[in-house]
Amino acid sequence: MTDAVSFPAGASAKPARRDIGIKRRYAAERRFRAYGIAALSFGILFLFILLYSVVSKGYTAFQQTMITVPVEFSEQIIDKDNERATDPQKLVTANYPLVARNAVAKVLGVAEGDRAGLRAVNQMISDGVRSQLRDMVVANPQIVGTTQTVSLLAAGDIDSAFKGQIDLTVSENNRKVSDQQVGWMNQLAEAGALGKHFNTGIFVNGNSSRPEAAGVGVALIGSFYMMLIVLVLSLPIGVAASIYLEEFAPKNKFTDLIEVNINNLAAVPSIVYGLLGLAVFINFMGLPRSASLVGGLVLTLMTLPTIIIATRAALKAVPPSIRAAALGLGASKMQTIFHHVLPLAMPGILTGTIIGLAHALGETAPLLLIGMVAFVANYPTTPMDPSTALPVQIYMWANEAERAFVERTSGAIIILLLFLVVMNVGAILLRRRFERRW
Amino acid sequence: MSTPLILLILAIVAIVCYVVGTRHALAIAGGVSSKLHSRPGYYGTFVAICAVLPAAIVLAVWLVASPFYINSAVLGGFPEDVKAKSQAEQGLAFGMVSSLARGMDVLTLEEIDSVGADPVALRNALGAKGLPLAGDPEPYMVESAGDLNAMNKISNRVMTAVVLIVALIGAGLSYTRISHRFRARNRVERVILGALVVASSIAIITTIGIVMSMLTEAGHFFGRVPAWEFFFGTVWDPRFAAAGAAASEGQFGLIPLLLGTLYIGFVAMLVAVPVGLFSAIYMAEYASPKVRSVTKPLLEVLAGIPTIVYGFFALTTVGPFLRDISSKINGIATGDFANFIQAQSVLTAGFVMGIMLIPYVSSLSDDIITAVPRALRDGSLGLGATKSETIKKVVMPAALPGVVGALLMTASRAIGETMIVVLAAGVAARMQLNPFEPMTTVTVKIVSQLTGDLEFTSPQTLVAFALGITLFVITLCLNIYALFIVRKYREQYE
Repeated sequence: MTDAVSFPAGASAKPARRDIGIKRRYAAERRFRAYGIAALSFGILFLFILLYSVVSKGYTAFQQTMITVPVEFSEQIIDKDNERATDPQKLVTANYPLVARNAVAKVLGVAEGDRAGLRAVNQMISDGVRSQLRDMVVANPQIVGTTQTVSLLAAGDIDSAFKGQIDLTVSENNRKVSDQQVGWMNQLAEAGALGKHFNTGIFVNGNSSRPEAAGVGVALIGSFYMMLIVLVLSLPIGVAASIYLEEFAPKNKFTDLIEVNINNLAAVPSIVYGLLGLAVFINFMGLPRSASLVGGLVLTLMTLPTIIIATRAALKAVPPSIRAAALGLGASKMQTIFHHVLPLAMPGILTGTIIGLAHALGETAPLLLIGMVAFVANYPTTPMDPSTALPVQIYMWANEAERAFVERTSGAIIILLLFLVVMNVGAILLRRRFERRW
Repeated sequence: MSTPLILLILAIVAIVCYVVGTRHALAIAGGVSSKLHSRPGYYGTFVAICAVLPAAIVLAVWLVASPFYINSAVLGGFPEDVKAKSQAEQGLAFGMVSSLARGMDVLTLEEIDSVGADPVALRNALGAKGLPLAGDPEPYMVESAGDLNAMNKISNRVMTAVVLIVALIGAGLSYTRISHRFRARNRVERVILGALVVASSIAIITTIGIVMSMLTEAGHFFGRVPAWEFFFGTVWDPRFAAAGAAASEGQFGLIPLLLGTLYIGFVAMLVAVPVGLFSAIYMAEYASPKVRSVTKPLLEVLAGIPTIVYGFFALTTVGPFLRDISSKINGIATGDFANFIQAQSVLTAGFVMGIMLIPYVSSLSDDIITAVPRALRDGSLGLGATKSETIKKVVMPAALPGVVGALLMTASRAIGETMIVVLAAGVAARMQLNPFEPMTTVTVKIVSQLTGDLEFTSPQTLVAFALGITLFVITLCLNIYALFIVRKYREQYE
């Protein structure tokens, strides 16, 4: 049939192909594909920029500059009139910063009459030495009058300067450490007295207005209490609710309402839960502000929808044959579910719970409203005590102006992210290890 | 007895009842459990439930109801001249009485004797115990506080007795009902079913709680500030009046906050939608399974990072970067090195929020795109369309309703997002269109009105609840509409 097609006369050259724009279309295809790759890389690139910016700013927070010098616990300064046997308060209120200053000044060879020099020395040591030396003396009053080698916390600015975070090329008046102090710092470092040590303080200390002494210890305890409350409340309630909705609920308006409700609650902004907690738990029920109990309750309500949705999916995944077999052997419906279906669904439920908990652990906004933005320096002993939470601590430090707090904030974020990584990896492993496919 | 102690006793009672009931059932059956209707454990559980459940209900009702009764009795005992005063003043007086009562519990008898009837000395004594009072108590207050303590004590004793008696009666009655043919399992299962229903209605209770709490508090607010001034006001200036001063109420205009919220959300969507959508298309249509198995979890990591981390990232990295680069651009263009992008700006907050939203858009759209039937693609490819043409002309139109639903859900996240905007958007409530300037949002203002010390009577704090309910309603509408679209779409292929 194609033979019938005849070319016009003179068409001895190649038959011209009709331009169907194939080149243009293929170019468009390549462009479209490139857009996809670009978008994907953009997202992943920013993931890495974010992680890099946090880690690069924060990894130094796990090291702390310390000045290790022989400290003379001079009786002259601590207890001039030798009253410590009768008045134990004497040892608590003594002027320990002076003790520390003298020790450092002695090593540096600053004369006792050099007031400006002594002040500069004083600025190199953290105020935290007051409690550090006090605790040493109170624990062991024998050391008064002796000389002990102590690692003193360096001041935040010296810490930053030693870690190279302060630009030393700017003029002396525009930075927080003087040339003299930098010189001393290098002198001490060369002598081996000043150096970086692993910073246990960031894990155990409470909040402090001095960055070098601030830590997330209290916040960790607060977060721990809250996670405990969330786990204890939301897991049983969530599982019970899902069992009812998935296995027992008749299809009617009421269960439809619950369904829509749960889906909506999962999407309600978290700050609204904070308002709920403030109005109901604190204002109406009279629970204490800043308590981890209230935080736990609010986060429980917030986590419940997540757990319910995950649990229902896990229950749905258990094949009907299991139910049929149990029912066929004479088990009641309740027995079937609690003895057979629930154990099989457990890995999925736990995975969902861990993910919900991880989400709750990072949540900040509702906790701000129930007063957990409090300066808490002491460990809470019960969930009713004022406490703070890890993300809230991050928020509070992020608002601090001092350069050294940026480092601390990033350090706290790294700790938070590590917890989240551990939880999520745990969830993934749990799923890989126990999940069955039918 | 304290409530935890009573609960502990009830727990012990439950365990004892379980053991006794189980034993009794087995004894009736002569040790052959198959003679019983239910397994022996069910009889034990039945007895335990009958003992503890009514007692616990009595306990809960008593704990909730008795303060109301006692408080009104104490208020009724106030002198006539106090009763004539306003509600608020009576409330203050009652607050004083209750802290006095708490304090008198702490003081020892000798201390109370030594203080005598002198209110000032009493205040000092309480202060020394770490219980500061707001003012000097009046004599009638001390008397009322004594009454309050006495009534509380009596109420507590009666409650303990009633709860324990109810528990014992329940245990005794149920114990006598155990027999061969008694259907213990059915009873126990009915109780469990009831518990399941209660658990699943918590979702409803939460919603009701949210709506009620916000409506009542917002109602108080609208009692002070007319609703139209709130919803249509264009000035946000909630002056915190000094305590006691009869200062102006300030202005609570929602419009600037709402504009800021929508503007920042719009910028965020401008970043998140193209990036998320193209990522989803690439992952669903082009990427090999290997690439997909790496990139999909990586993108989802973005969704797992807490928003406070994004906020910090915006505050310390993105904001300063944009500020510096704008100053450089300005310097090259005009020679004036002033920055035209502020560190806290709509752009900073919107951009970082956009990054946060990428995984929401991409994973939701990914699911929807992969749900489009294979046959549609094959048909289009078979007719000679290229892959991108198939996606643009066939797959996307089919997936459009679902994608729109996903985008609406993402938008509701953007509107409700708090921590990023708190740290990166600024606090100035302004109406302007320059994306390089700071603006503020509804959520920022909720946080800033409610952090710190606050009293629940001033419009400055109550406005947060009005803002909250606005936020709740907006996100709820977006979500319900999105859910509606997604459901409708799903029906097409099933």
